[in-house]
Amino acid sequence: MKEKAKALKAAFPYTIPVFTGFTFLGIAYGILMSSKGYGVGWTNLMSLMVFAGSAQYVAISFLTSVFNPINAFLMTLMINARHLFYGISMLDKYKDAGKLKPYLIFGLCDETFSIVCSTAPPKDIDKNWFYFFITLLNHAYWVLGSLLGAWAGSKISFNTTGLDFVLTALFVVIFIGQWKNKENRKPAIIGIMCSIICLIIFGQDSFIIPSMAAILIVLTIWRKGYSGKKNLTKEGIQ
Amino acid sequence: MTLTSTQTIIIICTVTIGTIITRFLPFILFKGSKSNNSYIKYLGQVLPYATIGLLVVYCLRNVNLKSPTYGLPEAIAIFCIVVLHYWKENVLLSIAAGTVVYMILIQFVFV
Repeated sequence: MKEKAKALKAAFPYTIPVFTGFTFLGIAYGILMSSKGYGVGWTNLMSLMVFAGSAQYVAISFLTSVFNPINAFLMTLMINARHLFYGISMLDKYKDAGKLKPYLIFGLCDETFSIVCSTAPPKDIDKNWFYFFITLLNHAYWVLGSLLGAWAGSKISFNTTGLDFVLTALFVVIFIGQWKNKENRKPAIIGIMCSIICLIIFGQDSFIIPSMAAILIVLTIWRKGYSGKKNLTKEGIQ
Repeated sequence: MTLTSTQTIIIICTVTIGTIITRFLPFILFKGSKSNNSYIKYLGQVLPYATIGLLVVYCLRNVNLKSPTYGLPEAIAIFCIVVLHYWKENVLLSIAAGTVVYMILIQFVFV
């Protein structure tokens, strides 16, 4: 028990930025849901089960248009496809997580990923419980924030047009944060360019999958030139 | 609510399952030794950055540059976010200010 308390104490400070961010984004989400007629119960269920901000924002459009679960499923896969990339980055860190592993993977949202991949757990702390509490705290912030928003949305009413820009703002801010590190710029530019080109060619409703394919191809080609310079091992490409 | 309760529950479960698949798949596919593969490791390093680029474009996919409002509200709001974020480096402040600027622009300026 003491070990868990120590891990919780060590994990909490790292989650404070997420606390503020998720409270804000969660409130915005709750208000949006409530403006479409979905109250506290629905919002709570969604945040608890899905725990993926961007998918939940987009899911509002599934709830407010013609019932089409197949489309909802495919869109969710596409929007959350970046989780595949997160998972690949976490294979090593979560290798020995044992019984905590399913929850760690379930809760691997953008913010949890960004903390876990950039933070080494303190030396005397059990790393798996440390990761567990980071995930759990973030999950709790998200659920509580969206509850608060759903409740507030039912009490006050204002013009929410444009509130969904909160998601764009979030990604732009993450993008700038990554841009500050020069090494990240090439993959970031590849991501933007491939997406814009595919958007022009395939149109706004079906450009995500072509974009992902294009990004993978360009990154793979770029690595070949890159590995020569950096003298990386060649075993990779299958 | 446009959908019935049952339909809503089905949609929520669908989105949940879709999300779970994307999170668990790498751990199922690359169980064991394959996680040491240098190509996979390389992808793990560069893909997150490329993906955020894709998501920014995804969010802006409905912007129409040829007819009003010519993407101006989005451009102005993003410009504010960039300036503010380089200046204050406060994630929450940048997101909140950018969203408020955008809401004001499309509710009062570009009506």
